[in-house]
Amino acid sequence: MAHIVSAFDEDLVQIQARISEMGGLCEELLSKALESVQSRDPVLARQVIERDKALDAMEMALEESAVKVIALRQPVAADLRVLIAAMKIASTLERIGDLAKNIAKRAIPLSSAKPVRLTTSIVRMGRQTLTQLSDVLNAHASRDVDLAVQIWNQDYEIDELYNAIFREVVTYMVEDSRLIGVGAQLMFIAKNLERIGDHTTHVAEMVHYIVTGKNLGDDRPKGEPQGLEFLTD
Amino acid sequence: MARWVPFGGAVLVGALAALASALALPPLLAFAAGALVGLVGAAVLAREPAGPVPAAAQGAKATMPSTFGRALIEKLPTPLLVISRTGRVSYANPAAADALPRLEAGAHFAHLIRVPAFVEAVGATLADGEERRVRFSTRQDQERFLEARIGLLPPGDAFGPEAQGIVQIEDRTDQRRAEQLRSDFIANASHELRTPLASIIGYIETLQHHAREDPDARERFLAIMAREAGRMQRLVDDLMSLSRIEMTEHVRPAEEWSLTEIAAESAAALLPVARRQGVTLAIEVAAGGVRVRGDRDQLGQVFTNLIDNAMKYGGAGAVVRVVEAAPARAHPNRVGVTVEDSGPGIAREHIHRLTERFYRVSASSSRDKGGTGLGLAIVKHILNRHGGRLEIASEPGKGSAFTVWLPRSEGGEGAAAGDVPEG
Repeated sequence: MAHIVSAFDEDLVQIQARISEMGGLCEELLSKALESVQSRDPVLARQVIERDKALDAMEMALEESAVKVIALRQPVAADLRVLIAAMKIASTLERIGDLAKNIAKRAIPLSSAKPVRLTTSIVRMGRQTLTQLSDVLNAHASRDVDLAVQIWNQDYEIDELYNAIFREVVTYMVEDSRLIGVGAQLMFIAKNLERIGDHTTHVAEMVHYIVTGKNLGDDRPKGEPQGLEFLTD
Repeated sequence: MARWVPFGGAVLVGALAALASALALPPLLAFAAGALVGLVGAAVLAREPAGPVPAAAQGAKATMPSTFGRALIEKLPTPLLVISRTGRVSYANPAAADALPRLEAGAHFAHLIRVPAFVEAVGATLADGEERRVRFSTRQDQERFLEARIGLLPPGDAFGPEAQGIVQIEDRTDQRRAEQLRSDFIANASHELRTPLASIIGYIETLQHHAREDPDARERFLAIMAREAGRMQRLVDDLMSLSRIEMTEHVRPAEEWSLTEIAAESAAALLPVARRQGVTLAIEVAAGGVRVRGDRDQLGQVFTNLIDNAMKYGGAGAVVRVVEAAPARAHPNRVGVTVEDSGPGIAREHIHRLTERFYRVSASSSRDKGGTGLGLAIVKHILNRHGGRLEIASEPGKGSAFTVWLPRSEGGEGAAAGDVPEG
């Protein structure tokens, strides 16, 4: 009996370690995707696109082993929460990876277009998104509910950044219609980053759920979408 | 944090040299490996739930007191980790516990460092025994640049029945930071110094030629030149203090102070300036209160910069208040002090960029007021070092509020469990 329990503990440890490993890969994808945008590097962008496949494979492997553990060991309470949350976090991280890949894809056409100053703002927003992602992964690794709640509450800052960039990009495109192509790419990159921020809050919710067994609720502070009044000023 | 208490075990000091060659590891790593003989096999982690107890401990022959080997490893300033086949950390020295805050007995190493390059290298070394060296960066509050050497402790004898990985971590952050700082400093400083310098040179030329015999113009030009030179001096001072702060940014301060007391003192020192500028400066924080871990001078500079800004942009007749912030849900376990002003306020699109170096809402108005464009960047970097945050709330026409949030010190009064919202 003791042997079975310890093997089960080992299963749980290994599954959670895979989450940290997937998280590490997500951070790398996002950080390199941003770097490819900043330094206009299509080679690096293609590496990111290729590397995302590893993340997909990790998600599938994790899901498979979590299902196996649930089927074989029939866990309850805290153990079951860990497994359910692991599957949800894995699929959230996989989506974050997809969004990072999409940013890298857009870096390729941007690398041959004329450089624009707006890129700096976008990369800055990206760095903040990356910080939130790193923080939430740290919160997961150390089961830090306080940190998770803090990240969950701070996502509106990324929403605000997104709104500011939206405004900046639109103004830019209004001033010079030749920049509409570049502007549209940058806008999608910013939107992807904003989505990554939202996914990050979902991971924070899962950390809260693992530890407390409760949901964080849905009254998360969110930024108001940017209106278009500024165009008539 | 769990401290691991290895019990029993022996150090085979004589085997050190043999090990160094057998392992073909760099001297430090091999040395550490030798000293670990007495530790690894026998290190039973106090909190490991169901880990198998390595059998080797019983077999090891004690030729020297085990305290010697343990003392060596524990005094080693380099973080060392021993990692089992399943990826669990089976031993970590105190230096590792300091460097890796999430370190826990029996935890998987991927929770400590999840960088793919590192995870892959550890897996590969555990599989093939080759020594590897990886460089990578991690984020825990600050970005750190690390270099890890990964080797294998052979199975059998005192190392336990299974081969285990040994990881030595070196922090290269200082080196990287110094390189980055140099290039940033040159680029920013030359750009910002060019404008006043060009103006001074222009006036010198005018004074040398057509204004040579005009005493009125000379007086006027000299006054402008003095102002421009003063601006250059302030800029150089700010740049120097910024680079000093950045150099220590990843070192958490050790002393404890009352945040409100520092705020009150900084504000009091600015009362004469407030009087001169016709600003009402209301200090509504008291001494005592919650303590935070911090560098007193740097936190003083945070409030000096914030209050100075508030008075500068508020202008004559403005009211600047320094008050304690109400606990906020977004800042669990943090204590805050707010600097509020009745100034013109800041439009939403500028707020998130205020702490960028040399970012100005209005370049001309900032320069008129003698701003260097670095004040809030300095504040941000100091707060980064302290694990704190700057929260800015402002609306045009309604004034601004800058709140400094710092983590309560663990021993601080009334450390609450954080405001976790219900269901």
